[in-house]
Formats: sequence, C-alpha cells, structure tokens
Amino acid sequence: MAATMRSISRRDEMSLAEPAALPVAASVAPRLHVLKRFLDRFKASLPAYLLLLPSLVFLALFTYGAMGRVLIDALYQRATPKAPVRFVGLDNISAVLADPAFTGAVVNNLIYAVGTAVPSIALALLFALALSRTHAVNSALRAALFLPVLIPMVAASALFLFIFLPNVGLLDYYIGRLLPVLPNWLGDPDIALYAIMIITIWKNAGYYMLFFLAGLQAVPEDVMEAAHLDGAGPYQRLRHIILPELKPTFLFVTVIAILNAVTQVDHVFVMTQGGPSNSTNLVLFYIYQQAVEHYDVGKASAATLLTLAALMGLTALSFRTLANREGGP
Amino acid sequence: MKLLDALWKDAPLATRGEITPKLGFLLTVLLAIVWLIPFLWMGVATLRPASDGINAMAELMPSLKPTLDNIRDAWEIGDFPRYTLNTTIICTGILLVQFVTITLAGFAFARLSFAGKTLIFYLFLMQLMLVPVLLIVPNLKLVAQLGLYDTLAGVMMPFFASAFGTFLMRQAFEAIPTELEDAALIDGASLFQRIRHIYVPLSMPSFSAFAIISVTSHWNDFLWPLMVINSPDKRPLTVGLSVFTKTAEGTQAWGTIAAGTLMVIAPLLVTFLIFQKRFISSFVTSGIK
Repeated sequence: MAATMRSISRRDEMSLAEPAALPVAASVAPRLHVLKRFLDRFKASLPAYLLLLPSLVFLALFTYGAMGRVLIDALYQRATPKAPVRFVGLDNISAVLADPAFTGAVVNNLIYAVGTAVPSIALALLFALALSRTHAVNSALRAALFLPVLIPMVAASALFLFIFLPNVGLLDYYIGRLLPVLPNWLGDPDIALYAIMIITIWKNAGYYMLFFLAGLQAVPEDVMEAAHLDGAGPYQRLRHIILPELKPTFLFVTVIAILNAVTQVDHVFVMTQGGPSNSTNLVLFYIYQQAVEHYDVGKASAATLLTLAALMGLTALSFRTLANREGGP
Repeated sequence: MKLLDALWKDAPLATRGEITPKLGFLLTVLLAIVWLIPFLWMGVATLRPASDGINAMAELMPSLKPTLDNIRDAWEIGDFPRYTLNTTIICTGILLVQFVTITLAGFAFARLSFAGKTLIFYLFLMQLMLVPVLLIVPNLKLVAQLGLYDTLAGVMMPFFASAFGTFLMRQAFEAIPTELEDAALIDGASLFQRIRHIYVPLSMPSFSAFAIISVTSHWNDFLWPLMVINSPDKRPLTVGLSVFTKTAEGTQAWGTIAAGTLMVIAPLLVTFLIFQKRFISSFVTSGIK
C-alpha cells in the first residue's frame, strides 16, 4: 500500500516538473496504450498467478464462494422440507432475530466470550510472568499447562463429563463434600453455562500463555534493571513497564479468544446439546441445529450471515494489526 | 523456601528477596497441578477394575489391582483402529495438498511482483479471520453438490488452501538469499526446479512447524466431519469418541470412557512429549490457524 502511494506521488512530481509532456503522451491513442500496458503487466504477472491459482481455487470455493452462498441461501426458504425454494427476502433474518433460541444463544455467547476470555487471559499472563525464566522446572510446568491445548475438545468433554457428574463425579467427590447442597453442574440451567466455561478456560489458558511468554521476551532487560535500581517493586514494574510492553500481545490474544468463543462449540455438542432449556446454546451450535436437525438451511444461513457480520466488525478493528503481523502486503 | 531460592539464583540480586513473584510462582504450581488432574484421573480410571464400584470411580489414588479390562472393552466397543486410520488419512491428505498450495503461493508472495499483489494479499488475510468452521452450512451444500458427501475427501477439501501456511512460507522464503537462486538461474534451472531444489530444502523448519499446527488442528476437528460423514466406518477419532462416549455414558462405564479418551489423545501426547520444544515454538508462530 505504502509503496503504491509513493509511486503515485513520484509521478505527480514528474508531471509538475514537465507540464508539457502530459498532453502529448495522452494524444497518442490513449486507449490502445493503456490496454497494451495492461497486457504487458498481466503477462509479467502470469507466473505468479499460476502459482497462486491452486490456493485461490480452494479459497474461492470454500471461503469467498461460501460467503456468497450464505448471502443467497439466507434469502430463500422452503414451505415444507420437500417443497421447492422460493425467494423470501429478509424473512429468514427477521425470523432468526425473532427466535428466542437465537437471541438466547447470542446472549449466552456474549457471556461465554467475556467469561472465558477474561479469566483465561488473566491466567495466561500469570503463568507467563511466573514461568518466564527458562529452566527445567519452568519448562515442565509450561508443558503441564499446555497439555490441554493439544487434546481434542471432544476428549476434554469426555473427561469433564465425569468431573461434573452428580454425586459420584470428581468435583462432587472432592469439593462437593464441603457444600451443604450439591449443585447439578450440567443439569442446572443457572450453572451449566459456567461449567462449560471452565472447560474452555482450562483448555485455552496454556495456549495464550505462549503468546505472553513470547511477548515478555521483548521487555527490555536494561529498563527492568533501571527500575530495580530506582526501587520499583514487582507491582510497579508490572504496571508501568511490562503491561505497556505487552499491549500488542493483549490485543492479539483478545482477538483469538473471541474467535475461539464463537468457533469452539464441540463441548456443547458432547456435554449438553445446548440444554438444559437452551441455557448452554451458543450461536454456532444454533446454526448446526437449524441446518442438521431442522433441515432449515434458510434460517441457518441467516444466522451464519449475522455471525459473520459481527465477526467482520471485529476483523475491521484488528485487520491492521494482523496485516502488520504477517509482514504487510 | 530453600527450593524456591534455588530457582531464583539467576534473578537480579535486588529482586531475589521479593515475595510477590514467589507467591505468583507458588500459585502457578498449584494451578499446574489442578490442570493435570483430569489427565491423572483418566490414567487412574483406565486402570481401575469395574469391581471397585461406581463410588470409588472418582478416587485419584490408583487401584491396588490395576487391570487392562477397560482398554480391552473400549477397543472392542469403539472401532478405534478404524477411526485412527480415518483421522490419519484426513490429516495426511490435507497436509500433502497444503504443502503444494502454500509452497507455490508463498513463493509468489515472497519473490515475484505482480499486478494486484496487495488485493490478493488481503484476500488471503481474510481467510485467517473467516475460520472455516463458521461456513459449515454453505460448505456442506457445496461438498454434497460435488458428490463428496460422506467421503473423507469431502472432509479434507475446505482446508486445502491455508493463508496461515502461505504467510509462514512467504516469511521463510524471504529469508533465503537471492544469490543462491541467481546461481541456479545461470545454470538454467526452471522456476519449479528452483523452488524444489533451493527454496524447499532450505525451509524445512517452517514446513515442520506448519505440519505440527495443521495436523494437531485437524486431528481435533469435530463439527465439520460430524456433518460430512454419515457412515460409521468413515468416522474420524473425534466423531467416533463422541458416539462411543454417548453409548458408554448410558451404562455408566466411566472406566471405558477414560480408556477410550486415552487412546484418542495418546498419539498427540506422546508426540508432544518427544518434540516439546518444537511444538511450543510452532504454536507461538500460529496465532490463528
């Protein structure tokens, strides 16, 4: 981007320097000239296009094409599962917005996003600060905290099904004895969503820890030493040196945490199926239910569209950060 | 306290006496133990005989009469060898195609200048945010139209292009000195020969980092294969495990569930423990898959 801007401004300077040159060049069949230049440019670019083609074909089919198809599918509906599709305009969108199951899923997802992102990022920061210096003990602890990241969400759910099992499960067996009334972790609509969140925090904190560990490497050693000498305590060093230095890491990890909150729903499928009484239903699981259980592609597409729009808003905010991280165009 | 001091012996002298970092460390140790408890339970419960009864199931002390019955049961109830084979085919297939697509595209971004480079860069970047799992509904329809419903190829296809891999390879290729390529150019090497014999061999660390991320993430995929696959004999491990869990949960066979879970995650855990450093550094570069 910057490069094109620079070349444009350079051209402007030139035309300012030789104002007479412009009209002459424009009078010689400008159309043909432009076309020829375009063809030359295309010919020179051809090898690159051929190399990009395999990737672009699959991106076109499964990413951009998919977005286009969602947009179209959201505008059509069938009267009965066997009836032909007919155009219904924005009816699907208004039907989804009027569906208490969808709005409930959106509210759940917001609670879930905040309730998983904040604790897992806070824990990740704690882990990274405590384990930033590398020696055998810290490496082992890092590995222990990282293990949940590796395993499938389905496997984590299978383990936590037993942990949350009423009466005989791990949690009730050890902690439940201290409580007068044992909660039904996954069966109580007021608690189930929080139980689900615990799995996510357990699974993701170790992942975010890695980014904070990498971020801490960038904290300048001499500044930290100078702060020691000036008598800054651990809290002051954290507040005034480390946290400002970690700001880009925070931004990046927050984006990933929100993306994860929208896209990780395997545990909902295995543990609660969105229940009890829709209290753990999340948006992506709602989409899955509409498409697979109710065969309602129109409504599923409308819900997908709304979710994509929300994520695109987030994308717009973080696109620059992401582009810079990948080294710019 | 002696032990803690030993861990702090390389810290700056002025900070060695501070108590807050040590409290933070102790809290982290405590949490690391809590973090491991589900794994510990899985191991203990796998070896616990059913005769211990349901009330001892949560006991974290290993049983005195360990048994392999649970593993045998899980092996017989769930078709784990078949599931493992399917998951291996899916992960390998995706990875092999990805290697081709990301090498070619990564090279184009790293070494060639072409019209519309900025636009195409942003098109790739968009895929990082539009995680494929969100597009399950339209992609399922497309896979069905292509006649790939209920096939492993259908599960693999949406992942054949990878923006993350492309950017990773671009970065690796940019670090290779152009003099090497110029020398090959003088010797008359074609574009593909230069990629094959200069760029690829010099970028092996990036390929292995990408392989780790790609395989672990697709080993763990669940919702997409659940939608595409219908026949029981084509299920990958995750889908197989969820069906298996549902069956065993009905009979309260928690030892068998633990054994099944262990079988599903063991390959990943073992590989991780062997190549720990490499895994960690790959995941740091990943960010978004």
